[in-house]
Amino acid sequence: MKISKDAVRHVAELARLEFKEDELERFSEQLGNILEYMEKLNEIDTAGVEPTFHVLGLSTPLREDVVKPWLSLDEALENAPEKEEGFFTVPKFIED
Amino acid sequence: MELPFLSIREVSELIKRKEVSPFELTHSILDRVEDVDSKIHAYITILRGEALKASNEAEKQISSGTYLGALHGVPISVKDIFVMKGTRTTCGSKILENFVSPYDAMVVEKLKQSGAIIVGKNNMDEFAMGSSTENSYFGPTRNPWDLERVPGGSSGGSAAATSASICFASVGTDTGGSIRQPAALCGIVGLKPTYGRVSRFGMIAFASSLDQGGPLTKTVEDAALMLNVIAGGDARDSTSVHLPVPDYLGRLDGEIKGIRIGVPKEYFIKGIDVEVEGGVKNAIRLIEDLGCPVEEISLPHTEYAVSTYYLIAPSEASSNLARYDGVRYGFRVPDSNSLREMYHRTRAEGFGAEVKRRIMIGTYALSAGYYDAYYLKAQRVRTLIKRDFEEAFKKVDIIITPTSPEVAFKIGEKTDDPLKMYLSDIFTIPCNLAGLPGISIPCGFTSSGLPTGLQILGKPFDEETLLRVAHAYELHTNWRKRKPPI
Repeated sequence: MKISKDAVRHVAELARLEFKEDELERFSEQLGNILEYMEKLNEIDTAGVEPTFHVLGLSTPLREDVVKPWLSLDEALENAPEKEEGFFTVPKFIED
Repeated sequence: MELPFLSIREVSELIKRKEVSPFELTHSILDRVEDVDSKIHAYITILRGEALKASNEAEKQISSGTYLGALHGVPISVKDIFVMKGTRTTCGSKILENFVSPYDAMVVEKLKQSGAIIVGKNNMDEFAMGSSTENSYFGPTRNPWDLERVPGGSSGGSAAATSASICFASVGTDTGGSIRQPAALCGIVGLKPTYGRVSRFGMIAFASSLDQGGPLTKTVEDAALMLNVIAGGDARDSTSVHLPVPDYLGRLDGEIKGIRIGVPKEYFIKGIDVEVEGGVKNAIRLIEDLGCPVEEISLPHTEYAVSTYYLIAPSEASSNLARYDGVRYGFRVPDSNSLREMYHRTRAEGFGAEVKRRIMIGTYALSAGYYDAYYLKAQRVRTLIKRDFEEAFKKVDIIITPTSPEVAFKIGEKTDDPLKMYLSDIFTIPCNLAGLPGISIPCGFTSSGLPTGLQILGKPFDEETLLRVAHAYELHTNWRKRKPPI
């Protein structure tokens, strides 16, 4: 199975990744090989079989909505690559 | 025997009787780390100052009559996937190279409460993605039995450190075998509890429906006492289960007569190392001689487990790892002209090749037009794999298999072929997909002196039975007495 370089570029865009030309080549081959191995699952008839998204079959636990202490503003911002006046800052993303 | 080579059980007796001081013990382990770790690189971060301070505290408590239990004053390490307050937690990645956690993981909190001395954070495959610890941004860990070989992964640093006696035990994580496979390859005990038994709070997420933390130890007794400490429900992890935690250590009496053993024929396949297979079969005979009826069983969907896992785990990972965007914490590339460019370049430079590969597989499997064919299909097959076990456990109490089809392989041997690396997990993956508990214990050595391991799988939340069988086997063998030449 071969995954085209365009398909790899598209998935990379969805995943917010980017690859150089030689990496694209290698990834399209490797992904192709891996997905080909996954095709093995098509040998099995799964009609009528429910998916198992989670082994425990838990439902969402609910609790009272009460305020509990957690990190302070300073602690929450401590690891930020860039911050300003109590906010995370990012490069400009609204077009002029 | 010198102190670092003792088990937790042995050394804790000495601490309790005040024959060994936690401060001196911690010193001797840290000195040994300095000697040995330059050869194997089992640690990303060594917490010398913190550990000595904590050991001083433990010493004061114990001498004033407050003894907190078997881990009090005992030097332990944790995989660098568990966040620890005020300490760097990297998850083996450049993207978290300078991340200092503002809080403790539940596992860390429980270790601290039990008086354990955390001496360092263990090396691992980046984001726990790998079977050899070669995918660490900080460089590979080496196997203490043969420095040219891998320790397994992803908890390779935890396994190597425990095996080399530069900690008394470690806590790792297991998503598809990441505790059990390195334990087998390093000749130690590795326990993956039932999904939900140990809180995942503060354990950096890889594949949330599969990840589970558990101990890597020198003996089965130590695994039981570590589980006693870290198990239990936690309101901060909604998938942790609030069931009573039995006294695992207290149940180890060596008496296992009548426990029914299943041996799945699908786990003894062509291509498995003959010495590994021989070791496991000898062990099964020994356990049979201890009064356990053995029967061959079938887990017919075993051959589909690797494909199923390598669709589900990357899918969950692609979603979990979306949080590394260079905004709130972690690495960010400098000088981007736009937010979009910042995201792309940060992630392209911050993640290593295997992590990107898995994000790509997962994103592909979840993307429009492929979701039904890949992701949903895999989740349906997962149901069939889970049912195989449910059927088997109607007839038997535990299942015994090899942990890994092979012994430790050479560094670099599989790095060019991701699929070959994925197949290393062939015997450990089904357990995670079904959410079962599993343990790997040493069951011999090859003629070239490399350790081999066997795996015991049990019913959900029945860690007790597999620990009891593992312990009885250990009582009748001497593998744990052999130490790596390091």
